[in-house]
Amino acid sequence: MLLVEGLHKTFTLHTQGGIQLPVLRGVDLAVYPGECVALTDPSGSGKSTLLRAIYANYRPQRGRILVSHAGGKVDMVEAGPRDLLAVRRLTIGYVSQFLRVIPRVPALDVVIEPLRAFGVARDEALERGRALLARLRIPERLWSLSPVTFSGGEQQRVNLARGFVADFPILLLDEPTASLDVASRALVVELIRDALARRTAIVGAFHDAEVREALATRTVTLHGAGAAA
Amino acid sequence: MDADRPLLRARGVTRYYGARVGCRDVGLDLWPGEVLGIVGESGSGKTTLLGCLSGRLEPSAGTVEFTGRDGTVVDVLRMPEPALRKLARTDWGIVHQNPRDGLRLGVSAGANVGERLMALGARHYGRIRATAFDWLGRVEIDRERIDDWPETFSSGMQQRLQIARTLVTEPRLVFMDEPTGGLDVSVQARLLDLLRRLVTDLGLSAVIVTHDLAVTRLLAHRLLVMRGGEVVESGLTDQVLDDPQHPYTQLLVSSVLQP
Amino acid sequence: MNAYNFAFLDEQTKRMIRRAILKAVAIPGYQVPFGSREMPLSYGWGTGGVQVTASVIGPDDVLKVIDQGADDTTNAVSIRRFFERTTGVRTTTRTDAASLIQTRHRIPETPLAAGQIVVFQVPIPEPLRWLEPRETETRKMHALEEYGVMHVRLYEDITRHGHVETAYDYPVLVNGRYIMRPSPIPKFDNPKLDRNPALLLFGAGREKRIYAVPPFTSVRSLDFEDHPFTIEHWDQTCALCGAADVFMDEIVVDDKGGRMFVCSDTDFCERRRGR
Repeated sequence: MLLVEGLHKTFTLHTQGGIQLPVLRGVDLAVYPGECVALTDPSGSGKSTLLRAIYANYRPQRGRILVSHAGGKVDMVEAGPRDLLAVRRLTIGYVSQFLRVIPRVPALDVVIEPLRAFGVARDEALERGRALLARLRIPERLWSLSPVTFSGGEQQRVNLARGFVADFPILLLDEPTASLDVASRALVVELIRDALARRTAIVGAFHDAEVREALATRTVTLHGAGAAA
Repeated sequence: MDADRPLLRARGVTRYYGARVGCRDVGLDLWPGEVLGIVGESGSGKTTLLGCLSGRLEPSAGTVEFTGRDGTVVDVLRMPEPALRKLARTDWGIVHQNPRDGLRLGVSAGANVGERLMALGARHYGRIRATAFDWLGRVEIDRERIDDWPETFSSGMQQRLQIARTLVTEPRLVFMDEPTGGLDVSVQARLLDLLRRLVTDLGLSAVIVTHDLAVTRLLAHRLLVMRGGEVVESGLTDQVLDDPQHPYTQLLVSSVLQP
Repeated sequence: MNAYNFAFLDEQTKRMIRRAILKAVAIPGYQVPFGSREMPLSYGWGTGGVQVTASVIGPDDVLKVIDQGADDTTNAVSIRRFFERTTGVRTTTRTDAASLIQTRHRIPETPLAAGQIVVFQVPIPEPLRWLEPRETETRKMHALEEYGVMHVRLYEDITRHGHVETAYDYPVLVNGRYIMRPSPIPKFDNPKLDRNPALLLFGAGREKRIYAVPPFTSVRSLDFEDHPFTIEHWDQTCALCGAADVFMDEIVVDDKGGRMFVCSDTDFCERRRGR
């Protein structure tokens, strides 16, 4: 489903005299459908960077990221913008640590956007969005409001709903339970379990040991000079 | 249909103003449903590039090709003027920075929206008016103002009227030059939301020139960063803004004030 | 009158104007520029019409000149006398006896016949001028048939007044191609333009344009499907001759508000009365 080979990522800060920050040094990783791979490095070691690189948000200097997409394979490092956009629309979902809030867009609309991009009709999309928000215990009165005024936990749950609404074959989760209380965390674990049961391939950074234990089929440490499967 | 050919393809677009470089050797492919942002500061060449892509400026070199609804590819720069003008009225739209450049100020809002329809042969007053009415609603202008002159509108409303006027024929490709320039911040936000919705609902492709990175973050899927007439970086919007590679891009991104 | 050439204009000028007329006839409704000469009447008084008439008139022609339908207004009389003195041709007030009719602001009620020529006096020839002041742009719009704006004008009228307000100089589409201003004739007369057996020539002296509608050419007044073109109607009939369905002038007869309606076409009215 997902194959990372020899990935290198270094940040060069031109605005600060050209300092170089190597973050990923030759990462290898293979993920299969139904697997949940948990990255277990300490903070700042590149977990987010790897997830973002897989999503093509960050651009690696070297290596390959092969993704099974539309019956073929796409290399997220080499692919052109059109293919990357297609992969993001159909194959890979990404739940970031923070919800980037656009003011004035109601939470429900935020959640169903991936379905609309998929081509799902508006009515059906709304139904699925509502179901998911309800499952994540977001009060109905908040659905038509912009998440700008939501609490951190509520925002994160909206973020998660958006990530899970469309049944992506691959999901990248960056600290999905970070700002959530115990009850919410349990809900999210359920959600992820259901996704795994659907044979979703998941790669995630889980700070919370309990969550990690509940979900991970495999743990991986990126450093120690490259990861082993 | 769209699998093989991009909607708009430019190669080697170059334009000199005497000895000065307007833009040099710019290439891009735009596919249906994509929004491309062209960012840069004043003098970067972005407006020149937009002019060349839309056939309004003649480049010194390069080609620009557009794929029509029936799949035929037209050479924009070599098209006869009548065909280009027709294209500009039907499959293309242009949103000017100053809405007054894109509106007829001396006729009502409804007439402004209906004009492109009438130019294409619409001859039923009632239906033209109903379409205009509908579009005013879509761009969030109070429909009761259909008979008012644009001069009586605020600049934000004028800009939204311009958008309605341009989109009424459902063009496939819209060129926008600083669409939110000169508007108050809250008005800008509202306009950007509207554009986002319309782009998604209508499946529009667009080329948006702006100096404002926030606009691109909200509207554009892809980005070209221009400086001194050259494209210094390109990629997906989030790639360019979150992981800028070129020193100038990094400077641009870091200069944006975060509220 | 040896000091003046036949019909006042020199032969070279007439030739130039006739060439413009031929071109105009070949492209119905298209405005042909011409080298408008200085005439012994001011701009706005029919210099264009006079130059066209002067270029086509021959010794065997019979000329009628009307202004607002009447042969006896000051302008009609002046222009008729001008041609009498510079050509010596016969003149008449009878529409059916004339071979050449110069008119301001009306088409005669009496139906015209093949072989007759009507010359219209035109103040502003350009139908798009209300919207577009640039000549360079209006020429392009005509060339590219970019006529959407003319319907914008009608749309605005309907929006503002519930119907098209334009009552005269009502724009028309000639031969399915060019949009033309028929000069300030009342819209009542527009239907007469359509497939008329006579040759219709239009001259604008100040604006230096000539255009034409050849015989039996289609001329359609612009309208909307749901607001079709209509002409004026009067409840009254002519107080002098009893005619209905003609264009009438309203004349105030006393200072108590008394008024009467009479045919605007004086020749038509007289003949109905048997004079």
